[in-house]
Amino acid sequence: MSFTMIVFYVLSAILLFSAFRVITAKNPVHAALWLVLAFFTSAGHWLLLEAEFLAISLVLVYVGAVMVLFLFVVMMLDINVEQLREGFWRHFPLAATVGLIMAAEMALILAAPETRLADYAPAAPLAADASNVKQLGLEIYTTYLMPFELAAVLLLLAIVAAIALTQRERKDGKYVDPARQVEVKAADRVRVVKMDAVREEAPQTEAADAAQSQ
Amino acid sequence: MNWADLNLMPALPELFLLGALSFILVFDLFVPDEKRGVTYVLSLLTVALCAVLQVATFEPFAVTTFSGMFVDDPVADIIKVAMYGATAATLVYSRQYVADNGMFRGEYFTLSLFALLGMNVMVSSANFVTLYIGLELLSLALYALIALKRDSAAGTEAAMKYFVLGALASGMLLYGMSMVYGATGSLDIHVIATGISRPETNIVLLVFGLVFLVAGLAFKLGAVPFHMWVPDVYQGAPLAVTLMLGAAPKLAAFVFVIRILAQGLGELAAQWQGMLVLIAALSMLIGNLAAVAQTNIRRMLAYSTISHMGFLLLGVLAGNEQGYASAMFYALTYVLMSLAAFGVLLALSRAGFECDKVDDLKGLNARSSWYAFLMLLVMFSMAGIPPLAGFYAKFAVLRAVVDLPVLDFGFFAGSPVYLAVFAVLMSLVGAFYYLRVVKVMYFDGSQTDAPIVVRGDMKLLLSVNALALLVIGLLPERLVELCIDAMRQSLASF
Repeated sequence: MSFTMIVFYVLSAILLFSAFRVITAKNPVHAALWLVLAFFTSAGHWLLLEAEFLAISLVLVYVGAVMVLFLFVVMMLDINVEQLREGFWRHFPLAATVGLIMAAEMALILAAPETRLADYAPAAPLAADASNVKQLGLEIYTTYLMPFELAAVLLLLAIVAAIALTQRERKDGKYVDPARQVEVKAADRVRVVKMDAVREEAPQTEAADAAQSQ
Repeated sequence: MNWADLNLMPALPELFLLGALSFILVFDLFVPDEKRGVTYVLSLLTVALCAVLQVATFEPFAVTTFSGMFVDDPVADIIKVAMYGATAATLVYSRQYVADNGMFRGEYFTLSLFALLGMNVMVSSANFVTLYIGLELLSLALYALIALKRDSAAGTEAAMKYFVLGALASGMLLYGMSMVYGATGSLDIHVIATGISRPETNIVLLVFGLVFLVAGLAFKLGAVPFHMWVPDVYQGAPLAVTLMLGAAPKLAAFVFVIRILAQGLGELAAQWQGMLVLIAALSMLIGNLAAVAQTNIRRMLAYSTISHMGFLLLGVLAGNEQGYASAMFYALTYVLMSLAAFGVLLALSRAGFECDKVDDLKGLNARSSWYAFLMLLVMFSMAGIPPLAGFYAKFAVLRAVVDLPVLDFGFFAGSPVYLAVFAVLMSLVGAFYYLRVVKVMYFDGSQTDAPIVVRGDMKLLLSVNALALLVIGLLPERLVELCIDAMRQSLASF
């Protein structure tokens, strides 16, 4: 067993464990931290595949930016985890059984000799000075121009969708329209309610009478 | 590739759509609320101009650009023009509804146009990467549209369900694509198609990926056993968005299936035919039986959609030009029917009232005999009663199936006639709930005498839409020939 294989299996074990903890951790902050570990470990996998640039950008973008933002949100919102996870353990046995059966079936097919997975030899290692970034740049801006541009459109759509769903005129907004302020009349501010006078019955009549007679 | 090679002409409608969409996005910021109609008109104009550009750049053969990732063939052209029509009709039908429900804002129109762009990309992609990005463009826009009525708990729930299940299906699709990539070494559907026939290609790995691809596709079409989201989303989404969901995306999903299964993995037809037989038969069975029990007309139409998708897959599983063309014809007529059915429901809805029970149609004939007649046409067409378009669509699909040689998939071996007989029996079950709507409209007493107020342009378009079912049903030859020619040209380019 070569060193890279040992690294691969160690990384995979950590990845699987942390991914499992993401969905089983009771505390959402812990779940987010486990997710950070999962991303970090998969970046290790990409390094093994000699995709250095992608590995670094995974760490920078997901671990550095996305997950930190996510942690902030999780910490700011007071999420009731118990309520969210209601029914999780009740459905767990069935879901786990289905998942395990599917995984076993997939493993059976992939491990069968007819699948000939052994034919897929690992790619020859790149030269030490092969530049990942250069190759990526060349491919993205020429062959993959269309998906690249469309990904930009997808991001634009995500912005529009997020704004449409969150930023609308809200009832709890503090904004006041000046035109409506100027238009206001006295009748809008004070409401005069006409009603009969109500006299309170004096409770200590006897005491008052006594005071008068003195 | 160098820049002089980049031919942008085939993608002209998409480029225009993206430009106009970005313009409307910014322009709308400066439009005051009471003049929102300007955005509406601009959106309609954009869609109309896209259709003009599409027809103007029509070529009777396949043209590829963007390093073979974008393909503009006759099937794409016809389906795209139909999608522009469906989107325009959706916008016209839903105008009053969105105004009544506080959704008459710029985002409604820009998100609709984003969805249209996504569908265009899905239809015109010849590469798994762009196919997937197009699908995500469409799905993301739809998730947001479903949840757009933020105060509605049902809408939010529907959006959440659609989002979670949609993400799962996308995951399956991607996993399947990665396996196909592993086996053939390419994401380009032309290269995949030629790669499969090479002897050294790993067929087991390909079929393994194919299972996940078919599961993902069945989810996107809403076919059994991946149909659970359809009724909830149809019922929970705002009616205008349900209309959008049920019309043009079905066309895009159909071409999506054709691109992946017929063009990319056509050599594996013997493998996916068996899967599609099961999916199609179950969709027709469960869709029709469950629809019988519905009292909510939107749920009923959702289950009817499931059964129609089963019928459509019946055409696809024939695996030949005739079958694909009949499925294309089916998809086109189904979209016309779906538009008209939800259009009538939208016409009957008004501020504070949504027409979503079958009982809400009671005595429609007494209130407005014209709308009752239009709905009757739609219901008869969906049930497949001649001389309406739905009958011919079913007939064409069944003919393609019956013409097949003897089928043998292990679990089902025998004459394809059994499959056709089963489909006809299920249509018979379907006729029950379609005719029930007709019975409710014509023979039951009205519960309300609220006047039906509909904008003139909507009334005209809705009438044309429903009457088109009659015209296509009587004279289907032109459209059928168009579908067959287009399908032949598109498949010949492989």
